[in-house]
Amino acid sequence: MYAYDELDRTLLHERVSEFRDQVKRRLSGELTEDEFKMLRLQNGVYLQLHAYMFRVAIPYGTLSSQQLRALAKVARRYDRGYGHFTTRQNIQYNWIKLSELPDALADLAEVGIHAMQTSGNNTRNVTSDQWAGVAPGEVDDPRIWSELLRQYTTLHPEFSFLPRKFKIAITASAHDRAAIKIHDIGLRLHKNEAGELGFEVLVGGGLGRTPFIAKTIKQFVHRRDILSYVEAIMRVYNQYGRRDNIYKARIKILVHELGIDKFAGEVEEEWRHIRDSALAVEDAAIDEIRARFTYPTYEKQPHMPDELKQAAHDPLFERWRRNSVFTHKVQGYSIVTISLKPVGAPPGDATADQMDVLADIAERYSFGEIRVGHEQNLALPHVAKRDLPALWKALDRIGLATPNVNLVSDIIACPGLDYCALANARSIPIAQELTRRFANHDTADLIGRLHINISGCINACGHHHVGHIGILGVEKNGEEFYQITIGGRADEQAEMGTLIGPAVPYAEVADVVEDIVEAYLALRDSGEELFVDTVKRLGVEPFRERVYATR
Amino acid sequence: MPLVKGGHIANDIFFHVADGAELPDDGAVLVSAARFLESSETLLRREGKIGVIWPNNRGLDDLVPHLDRLALVALVFPSFRDGRAYTQARLLRERHGFVGELRATGQVLRDQFVFMLRAGFDAFDVRKQSDAEAFGEAARRYSVFYQPTGDGHLSALHRRNESHASESAKP
Amino acid sequence: MTSPLQQKIRITGPSVVTANRTSDGVVIWRTGSKGWSTDLTEAAVVRTAEAARELLAEASNDDLGAIGPYIAPVEIKDDGKVMPGNLRERIRVKGITIELPLPA
Repeated sequence: MYAYDELDRTLLHERVSEFRDQVKRRLSGELTEDEFKMLRLQNGVYLQLHAYMFRVAIPYGTLSSQQLRALAKVARRYDRGYGHFTTRQNIQYNWIKLSELPDALADLAEVGIHAMQTSGNNTRNVTSDQWAGVAPGEVDDPRIWSELLRQYTTLHPEFSFLPRKFKIAITASAHDRAAIKIHDIGLRLHKNEAGELGFEVLVGGGLGRTPFIAKTIKQFVHRRDILSYVEAIMRVYNQYGRRDNIYKARIKILVHELGIDKFAGEVEEEWRHIRDSALAVEDAAIDEIRARFTYPTYEKQPHMPDELKQAAHDPLFERWRRNSVFTHKVQGYSIVTISLKPVGAPPGDATADQMDVLADIAERYSFGEIRVGHEQNLALPHVAKRDLPALWKALDRIGLATPNVNLVSDIIACPGLDYCALANARSIPIAQELTRRFANHDTADLIGRLHINISGCINACGHHHVGHIGILGVEKNGEEFYQITIGGRADEQAEMGTLIGPAVPYAEVADVVEDIVEAYLALRDSGEELFVDTVKRLGVEPFRERVYATR
Repeated sequence: MPLVKGGHIANDIFFHVADGAELPDDGAVLVSAARFLESSETLLRREGKIGVIWPNNRGLDDLVPHLDRLALVALVFPSFRDGRAYTQARLLRERHGFVGELRATGQVLRDQFVFMLRAGFDAFDVRKQSDAEAFGEAARRYSVFYQPTGDGHLSALHRRNESHASESAKP
Repeated sequence: MTSPLQQKIRITGPSVVTANRTSDGVVIWRTGSKGWSTDLTEAAVVRTAEAARELLAEASNDDLGAIGPYIAPVEIKDDGKVMPGNLRERIRVKGITIELPLPA
């Protein structure tokens, strides 16, 4: 957990008071909508189909119980009693009133939560691995560096009016859970041959209309230089990124048009000037940030406590444990993923009541800490193994023990046409239908790891390009149709999926997905071969033949 | 359009000379980049201060050699969404050491004042009278800054380090 | 931003002008008396591009009251009832097509 100091608190309160003034000026007519739009977007306020949508940042996906209760309170007091966790470690409220927004922000500021730069053409919430600090084998806690970058990018005087939005993600593990290859800047913490800590810097990844996997721009940037190097990238982008066409304004297009070598050359030239400026990060500054993160005092715990041995006789508990419990770097502890994908429910939604109870559960079993991951699930990062059976029962009582993590019904979906002003088609009902089709946990276990990602339009908030099965809603003559891709992935082997055939109407999507899964079960060389590996080995064609033969 | 300079609404001493229009014999003038580059020698020989309006889509290379003889550089915000001039301002101040007046022109609104001040602007062609009048209030809104820029404010990181150092220096 | 007066407007059938209310974002429709209503049945229905353009231009003058006015299709039932003309507008009238999460 990062605890704000007086400076962080002061800045946040200054920001809330500024936004309160901006809202007041808008409601009095002093600001036009054209002027206000950019100001509200800089603070996470969109206009959706039915109301304003309010997006709140959960930097690097870390929340305290107190903060989660504050999120619940906002859902209850200013919204309709629930919130939606997104793929970028944010939470969204769908029914907020503009006139009440400043109060909601002030409530959140009390617990050190903000909505700064959760939309608009600026640097967005810096995201990281939801297992940061507890995953075995990390070279450092990436949240320290995420916080450094959060501060550096917040209200940046030069980069608050970029050509387009700008997203940064950081990982410190060999296995990438932060999807850094689909970000504008991806940072991978690692050590060079001399054993010094620094970053591999990737640039130009992104989905949307023109998807690109990020390219490595520099294999090693020393930790001391990370801010100056990022500033150099952003300065080149701010000057040369396209502003004539919104669809070509992301940095990925600039990198693509210049070529990575030329782009890297521009960055290097700029960096030369600022490398030894006030942006140099001294270790003392990092120690200062590190000291504001609190880590639990773990107890010495057995690897296999009696409570766990006994509970192993309960097949329902065992199913959940095998599915949702992951290895922690400290013996006797586990990381527990909490599925926000119950059968038949909108992916990523949680009610205020669930959030409140979960805050209590986290206090009892996870040192008061909760994480949010890009798969739209939550996690408890420090659970003693002896507490797992009791935790499972407590989660089950509030409907948060669905044992489908990483399985076919653990679906990522954007809000789609039910909420979103940009969408062409609905996403949530498709996800709901799929969770019903694959409600049988034995079948899901048999299928194994399979990520379905659904977006309701080409903007790709549901990351459909990188779903093992990707579903993209389009509109044809006023009807909802869906294009289906297979073979995408978002991790360290990130790849875009390939279209499997013509778009299908709303009513047929679940059938097609079932047929794809059937085809996989017939084509895989063993029960061990994952869906995405079978597609890699065989290509799309055998799937196309089987799925589209009768269509 | 009111001009804010030194934190207050001020008279603009610069006479904006359109391209092709005749230069006044004396007094401060503001000319376009094209006109300036075309006749910089004539302009610089003249009595009176010279200011140049530099577009936001042009590199600074052609401007930099003349900086020490310019009293004013006006940078342009064709829309308040277009942030290129923030980079130009920082480069002029922090890299090229420009000490003359750096003026923000175009769509200059109250909610950008803090960013502009931090980037090095010290004069503002403000679009709305009410925004110009609110300049002082807007400029004082923030007391904490996360980034180091050339405006002299210490970043939060540096302030923490300093308070740390002074604490440990206590006997 | 292109002014509504300059936009090319084509309509394929009866249409209304709709927007969201500034203070709370609620869906509203332009009425025939230069006001807004939260009830589609009170909306002014236009049938020609020229009338649509005029209604939109007139509605767009109210920058303080409404955000993002645009022309939306409607369907007129045999009994004269005005219904939304496509899925997006149906969702804006009737709300989301899914059940909201239930309290635990």
